[in-house]
Amino acid sequence: MPFQFEFLWTDILIYLLLVSVMVFAFYTLRHEHLRVPWRQVSRRPMAMASLVVLSVYVVVGLLDSVHYRPLLETRNQGERVYSNEVLSLLDKLATPLRTRLEKTYSAPFAVQAYTKETMEYPDGRHAREYPRLLYGGAHLKDPGERTADITRRVIVATAMGLALWLPLVTGFLLLWRERTESWSQAARRFVRGEGQVPWRTIWVTTGILIVLTMNAVSLSQVYHILGTDQVGQDVYYKSLKSIRTGLVIGTLTTLVMLPFAAVFGIMAGYFRGWVDDVIQYTYTTLSSIPGVLLIAAAILSLQVYVGNHPDSFHSATERADIRLLFLCLILGVTSWTSLCRLLRGETLKLREMDYLQAARALGSSHVSVMARHILPNVMHIILIAVVLDFSGLVLAEAVLSYVGVGVDPTMDSWGNMINSARLEMAREPVVWWSLASAFVFMFGLVLSANLFSDAVRDAFDPRLRK
Amino acid sequence: MIAYIIRRLLYAIPILIGVNLLTFALFFFVNSPDDMARVHLGGKRVTPEAIAKWKEDRGYNKPLLYNASGAGAEKLTGTIFYKHSLRLFALEFGRSDNGRNIGYDIRQRMWPSLAIALPIFLVGILVHITFAMLIAFFRGSYLDTAGVVLCVIMMSISALFYVIGGQYLVSMLLRLVPVSGYDIGMDAVKFLVLPVLVGVVSGIGASTRLYRTFFLEEIGKDYVRTARAKGLSELRVLFRHVLKNAMIPILTGVVVVIPLLFTGSLIMESFFGIPGLGSYTIDAINSQDFAIVRAMVFLGSVLYILGLILTDITYTLVDPRVRLS
Repeated sequence: MPFQFEFLWTDILIYLLLVSVMVFAFYTLRHEHLRVPWRQVSRRPMAMASLVVLSVYVVVGLLDSVHYRPLLETRNQGERVYSNEVLSLLDKLATPLRTRLEKTYSAPFAVQAYTKETMEYPDGRHAREYPRLLYGGAHLKDPGERTADITRRVIVATAMGLALWLPLVTGFLLLWRERTESWSQAARRFVRGEGQVPWRTIWVTTGILIVLTMNAVSLSQVYHILGTDQVGQDVYYKSLKSIRTGLVIGTLTTLVMLPFAAVFGIMAGYFRGWVDDVIQYTYTTLSSIPGVLLIAAAILSLQVYVGNHPDSFHSATERADIRLLFLCLILGVTSWTSLCRLLRGETLKLREMDYLQAARALGSSHVSVMARHILPNVMHIILIAVVLDFSGLVLAEAVLSYVGVGVDPTMDSWGNMINSARLEMAREPVVWWSLASAFVFMFGLVLSANLFSDAVRDAFDPRLRK
Repeated sequence: MIAYIIRRLLYAIPILIGVNLLTFALFFFVNSPDDMARVHLGGKRVTPEAIAKWKEDRGYNKPLLYNASGAGAEKLTGTIFYKHSLRLFALEFGRSDNGRNIGYDIRQRMWPSLAIALPIFLVGILVHITFAMLIAFFRGSYLDTAGVVLCVIMMSISALFYVIGGQYLVSMLLRLVPVSGYDIGMDAVKFLVLPVLVGVVSGIGASTRLYRTFFLEEIGKDYVRTARAKGLSELRVLFRHVLKNAMIPILTGVVVVIPLLFTGSLIMESFFGIPGLGSYTIDAINSQDFAIVRAMVFLGSVLYILGLILTDITYTLVDPRVRLS
């Protein structure tokens, strides 16, 4: 094989998460009472538009979660030597972005460097000037052609995007059209946004995203569309790589804390007595430590451990990955308590219900009562907590990285980008593009997550149900 | 009432012991003092003698829990657990890893923290409740929708952007106030305006949206209909009846943070260069000063538990239906 798969810890957990989401989806499809609220979510235009945006993030994050090490050489005995550098599918797709390093900062779409350099002319003259970039706009003979070139590329890319989008919509209309309907009737119904699922919103969002992607792909081939950072790395590439970090923090934390919160919360409410006391004591203790400080203490401990055991980690990627996983764990420890408390309260209510008494009387064991009768009835609380926590966790990552107890400083993350932007904002002229890119990418993810989770909460919260 | 408070205070003791044991385990079992010494000394200076000296200087050269070589009570008191963990209960924080008196530093640094956290807290509550009431007053209209959308947008922006944006806009472009720094006395005001502004604005999104739901929940209740039926104006209903009742859930979330105001905000203080406890903690984290982090974890927990007790007491004050037992 020309490469060797590398399974990082977080990768494995992401696959696990993917499988559990699929199982949950399958389970939902077979249960009417779960399908109803999801159907309600699917009728909210805002929620569906957010879902489209979210799925783009998820696709990028998943592409970035398949890691491998490329083959360097094959020695004569057939022994294969693989590179020490761990790459992902996203890296492979974005190879030009990854490898085209400039010397230092450059503004978005710049063709000239950010700093002046002494240049020597053929006639022996020396002058301080802005040199041309190595890659950004290198295909242009004259920097003055830039605007025309960008315009041309935008028009072509937009046209290509639309050309890709139109067949998709047409195909959709073919499927969506009812048998009795004529073509134009179906199209009219679509344009008016009739029907229960907001297909018009979904397809418009998809169209905008396709056009944007096409533009980004086309322009990033020859320009640094979001500029470069201090070491000359493409900011657009860094922002894309940060997506995985954000998603991992937002989802794996939940995956880690969910079993604890569910098992302990239900047990505390169901058994009461000393079990309840012990569990309540545990979560009160944990939640009384301010979250940031507990995380700081734990990350410091991890740093000392990693510093003293350098042999346990093969590569920098692996070390960064362990730290990311550990951060998820510790964030999970600080965030499971509130869900645990909610579940305990709900279980206390449920255990007095008649159907539970009946189940007990018919001889169900404690475990089966909890798993088959209580868990499904608190599922909505868990689901609401999961989707509501997500955006908060993504935001928390940025703050923690800024404080110095977040992800590894070598890892691409929005927090690290913002952190470095602090010094960049004090430069003259201002280096604003790193901060702006982190802002846009993060805002897109958090806003769509917030809008989507609102819809999910409205649909699943029985108190809000009409 | 007093009996209740005493009982709550007694109940806090086992929790604090738990916190204490947890931090002790985190700092001394996961990483032995030798590990810490190695990280602190770093590089080539790690020799057995240097480690021994480092530990002796900081009092880490004792056994963790049980000192077999000691005499009598020494067996228990001559340990790291006694010297570094148990003493925290008497609020004796000891010395930091670079030899400063932590207790003194905390007492010095809590006032700047309070100077920035208290205005943010008070102005914040006022502004957020005002906005929430305004949106609730126009409920069901386009203004309501626009307000909620704006709230969601505002809460989707990381606090870091508010700080960086605020500094850039107000200090660097408009040059109204200094970017960062601190001074004593009235001179501090010009340094505090921007942090307070940023702190209040960054909280608008989440708080306003939350408070709006509280208001809307109250507005739907029967007593409000009665109040309207007897001819009170909408404003009067809102201020005299709804506000009072909506204050109960608002207070729950708000009172608990009052004691924590002392410990300040990590981000604000480090961005604006305010010499409070927040920046103290950040500095300690960056220089890997375990003693300070340990002290701050304990202090934070004490204040949080205090906040919980205060919350319960406030309940009885604002809601006569609640009886503490």
